[in-house]
Amino acid sequence: MPESSPEAEPVVLVRSIVRRFGRITAVDDVSFEIRPGEIFGILGPNGSGKTTTIRILCGLLQPTSGTASVAGIDVVRDPDAVKSRIGYMSQAFGLYRDLSIQENLRFYAGVYGLEGTWRERVDWAIRAMHVTAAPTQLAGTLSGGIKQRLALACALLHRPPVVFLDEPTAGVDPAARRLFWRIIRGLADEGTTMIVTTHYMDEAEKFDRLAFLSQGRLKAVGTPAEVKSSFGTGQSLEDIFVTLQEREGA
Amino acid sequence: MRRDRATVAMMLGIPVIQLLVFGFAIRMDVRHLPMAVYDESRTQESRDLIQKLAATDNFVVARQAASYPEAIRLIDTGAVRAAIVIPVDYARRLKRGRSSMAQLLVDASDPNTSQNAIAAAQLVGQRKNIEILAALSGTPLRTETPPVDIRVRPLYNPALKSSIFIVPGIIGMILSITMMIITSMSVVREREQGTLEQLIVTPITRGEIMIGKIAPYVLVGYVQLTAVLTLGHFIFDVPIRGSLLVVYAVTFLFITANLGLGLFISTLAKTQAQSMQGSYFFFLPNVLLSGFMFPREGMPHVAREIGLLFPLTYYLQILRGVILKGENFLDVLPQTLMLLLLALVFFGFSVQRFQKRLG
Repeated sequence: MPESSPEAEPVVLVRSIVRRFGRITAVDDVSFEIRPGEIFGILGPNGSGKTTTIRILCGLLQPTSGTASVAGIDVVRDPDAVKSRIGYMSQAFGLYRDLSIQENLRFYAGVYGLEGTWRERVDWAIRAMHVTAAPTQLAGTLSGGIKQRLALACALLHRPPVVFLDEPTAGVDPAARRLFWRIIRGLADEGTTMIVTTHYMDEAEKFDRLAFLSQGRLKAVGTPAEVKSSFGTGQSLEDIFVTLQEREGA
Repeated sequence: MRRDRATVAMMLGIPVIQLLVFGFAIRMDVRHLPMAVYDESRTQESRDLIQKLAATDNFVVARQAASYPEAIRLIDTGAVRAAIVIPVDYARRLKRGRSSMAQLLVDASDPNTSQNAIAAAQLVGQRKNIEILAALSGTPLRTETPPVDIRVRPLYNPALKSSIFIVPGIIGMILSITMMIITSMSVVREREQGTLEQLIVTPITRGEIMIGKIAPYVLVGYVQLTAVLTLGHFIFDVPIRGSLLVVYAVTFLFITANLGLGLFISTLAKTQAQSMQGSYFFFLPNVLLSGFMFPREGMPHVAREIGLLFPLTYYLQILRGVILKGENFLDVLPQTLMLLLLALVFFGFSVQRFQKRLG
């Protein structure tokens, strides 16, 4: 359940965003709000508009219409300013494989402009993210779980109020996934807003609230229980997911 | 393979380009070398000699020189590649049955080209001799030496060593390879591995990413230039006759132009393999038409015009001029301006494309 009170100011505000690529409408009139400290899931089959939505919120893509703000910054009007207020962890391991753990962290500390404080932030990130390998080990040689936590560590160095995680647990073993979710929950409890996309429906139960996208449209938004009930009784989220996907395929 | 259009285009494109270039553009025997004439004799006989030289097709009379230093100066500046000097007593000595000397000055910085020219000139001398001797048959010769003696003086590279000509070319070549292939590969690798995706969601700007990607290669380029110059000088005795300052300054323009090409390739290629292919595609005509291996004077008009689009063409002229011939900055100013223009166009265009492709 959300740690924050419902009346807290939303940290992410999405109002009727539309994004077209040529004749294709990737995101079609989507609106939702996320409150501080929430773990917010964006779910949907491939091509449902998840990635486009996240790219708009990160300031990488302009919406065709609509407005969106993240951590108090209008991402449509000022897409570059949002970048210092967010952390981003991509699906593909986006760190330098031929740099060591420490060198990657040092590099990203520099990228985020942490001048004086980088050493303590790097130490904190290694400890808090359970990067349990020698700091001099090359990132390319790490196991999937440690890679994932190192990527998260890099995304958190500058204490962003909002963190985007794109398919964070793809290709990670169950034990590492469990540890990862424990870390995510801990960060949310401390007030960091986590926005996560995933394919794994069993993970959907870990979200405080979630948005369900299909073919660019918002099908449902709310707590897992609310989303389930909005699709009718008795169906699990996985059933709903498969039903939606099959309906699209037909 | 049907889906991989780039590879198919490469496999068909490269052989076609190679065939066309080798077939039409490349001639090892250079014809029509521009030649200056300094004729002090101004007689029927001297004009006959000049005409015979021109008739070989190896030389074209391009300029008249009023003095010996002017003849040398014309070669120094690259206005002509050879000069024939006929002394004032040329005809007089011939008429008296004495041996007459003429001097052919040849820009030998390119030994291939100059060897052909030298051979042709010597052949002219021999034919002339046979002609004269036949006409004089019966009359006793007053000299042991043949009547017409064309003395060749190869300038800049008297031993006709090809290494001296090759070293400046190698500099241009190595810089081209590094800047084009390595730059495009390094950018494409970041895209392939997803590290670029991670970087663009951080506060660093696109301009900063780009500078970060290319700045190290400028330094690498200067290290390479220094290494090749040093080795060339001490191992192959390449003379450094002109100003190193000019060489280093002009190199910046050349590096910038090639970085532009590298960035451009990186915006086209999706994989490192494609960027390799792409670089090779640009690289090949560069090598063949720039004058690195084959003299541009021997190429047909169209090939020479195409060569004018490559930064390497100008850079080689500048390097050879400054290093081997001791040309000063003003001598190479036209090439430098062209290089500047190409650098601005290539780099400016690629930066724009690169910035767009990042988002």
